[in-house]
Amino acid sequence: MSATTVSPDARITPRGHLRHTGALVRRNLLWIRQDPESMFDALLMPVVFTLLFVYVFGGSIGQALGGGQDGYVQYVIPGMIAMMSMTLSQGVGTGFSQDFNSGVMDRFRSLPIGRGSVLFAKIAVEMLRMLFATAVLMVVAVLVGFDIRSWPGLFAAVGLSAVFASSIMWVFLTLGVILKNAQSVQAMGFMVLFPLQFGSSIFAPTQSMPGWLQAFTDYNPLSTLADAARGLMVGGPVAHDLWITLGWSVAITAVMAPVAIHKFRTKT
Amino acid sequence: MPGGCRWDVGGLSAGADNVVGMKRFDKNPPAAGSAVTVRGLVKHYGETKALDGVDLDVREGTVMGVLGPNGAGKTTLVRILSTLITPDAGQAHVAGYDVVRQPRQLRRVIGLTGQYASVDEKLPGWENLYMIGRLLDLPRRDARARADELLERFSLTEAGKRPAATYSGGMRRRLDLAASMIGHPAVLYLDEPTTGLDPRTRNEVWDEVKRMVGDGVTVLLTTQYMEEAEQLASELTVVDRGKVIANGGIEELKAKVGGRTLRVRPADPLQLRPLAAFLDELGITGLANSTVDAQRGAVLVPILSDEQLTAVVGAVTARGVTIASITTELPSLDEVFLSLTGHRASAPQDPAPADAREEVAV
Repeated sequence: MSATTVSPDARITPRGHLRHTGALVRRNLLWIRQDPESMFDALLMPVVFTLLFVYVFGGSIGQALGGGQDGYVQYVIPGMIAMMSMTLSQGVGTGFSQDFNSGVMDRFRSLPIGRGSVLFAKIAVEMLRMLFATAVLMVVAVLVGFDIRSWPGLFAAVGLSAVFASSIMWVFLTLGVILKNAQSVQAMGFMVLFPLQFGSSIFAPTQSMPGWLQAFTDYNPLSTLADAARGLMVGGPVAHDLWITLGWSVAITAVMAPVAIHKFRTKT
Repeated sequence: MPGGCRWDVGGLSAGADNVVGMKRFDKNPPAAGSAVTVRGLVKHYGETKALDGVDLDVREGTVMGVLGPNGAGKTTLVRILSTLITPDAGQAHVAGYDVVRQPRQLRRVIGLTGQYASVDEKLPGWENLYMIGRLLDLPRRDARARADELLERFSLTEAGKRPAATYSGGMRRRLDLAASMIGHPAVLYLDEPTTGLDPRTRNEVWDEVKRMVGDGVTVLLTTQYMEEAEQLASELTVVDRGKVIANGGIEELKAKVGGRTLRVRPADPLQLRPLAAFLDELGITGLANSTVDAQRGAVLVPILSDEQLTAVVGAVTARGVTIASITTELPSLDEVFLSLTGHRASAPQDPAPADAREEVAV
């Protein structure tokens, strides 16, 4: 009766995995086409944050740094790339949570596809969104006076942010699976991200912070990511921060990817 | 077996086979030809026993109705049979594949639809079907053709380009059915396919399901409504609190619970008692005595078969009584439970009088 023949063990071939992931990437891209407003955060956040930090805080912080507002632009833009990759990674968690609540995930899980395909497709599309937001950010950055000194450095910084973001996405995927709804994922994400973003060297140098906070910011991977991006884009030491950031990425992925996949597989 | 088959009326080509099958099913079901076999299935959620030792057999090409109230374990059963969750104990095979040990093979031969599995509302109907085609490894061209074909078949071609979120409840269910048919499943699970639909839309969905059954698909249907089971299923398993409390051919169970009730309301209330007496004296085979519902001005006649129904309506008409209305009522889930178990359905029920009532053309 069934038109599909079943191979003895019904293993999915690598090509099959690619085909499934492709079909799901297409689905997630169609979401954006149906609902262009879902891109607003990726479009507006870089604009709003850049204007806010450069024009509201930039003058004072820049003065303290010794370079004025123009100097602060050079300082904060690389950090913004790091920050945005974090904030947008939340999307994988909220999107996932919506899928579970709408029941469409049940259909996916009852289909003969690798369950990883659903996860990878989500990550791939969120990466595209992140690249879009980064492009917007760089346009705004140049408009407010950012000087792109090294294109390879810029690409390297974006690449590093993407690598780190991909590790953080596993955390959000896990939250998306275990929390009840998209709002909880967002709230939890905010609670995780907020201290990490502001307790870091993204927006201001850490030297003036109290010792206990410095102890935190020094270990905060967002600091090392921001510092590495800064080094790559405007010059300065890179290697140390780069390795620490990559180390964090590998560690977070190694721990959280299996957790996310396990939680996804066993979700009832 | 007395009584015509109501599912025959719905234009079901396999109706005649079902009658034969039903008789066979009354004896011990053979293991061969069984599309779904469930033995001693147990699933706990903490203290709650969602399934507490369920046995079930669905023969190939038949529709098995699983009837029970909310919380009876129907959805848990479907989720285990579609590999979404694993049982704590017991065994289940679908099309010969073990649900725990051969989930990949099993997923290739099943279709799932109903209240929980659903379509992607943000995607247009066509894109939903195309996506599932690709996920089922159809080549691009075949996936496109299949999406077109199924939209056409479920009368959704016009709406194919619109996001499913803009669909009416009935259209969404039809898309859901179409989605579950893409892979030509051998076994189809319909988990409460019409819960929450208005009566007209529900009839639409029933018609689609009957057509699918006509194509030879084996169906496991869960429902809270006796009428739905009667419309679609040839065999019935009644579950309550994770246990099977009755199973067998649907006519057999209907006889157990007393079939339908015919409610005749004469235009002249003075005709009530004479009409009741007249029907009792008629001597229609096997017809139980009628009662008078004076408050609502109707004579209530328990009906066990379509022949009895026809005979009664014929006799009333022949007598020349002017009739204001005539309806048949199916036993509600509550009444089914009461007669099978002696207690009412364990979970609170939505009042669903519209689902237990049908107009009879006179």
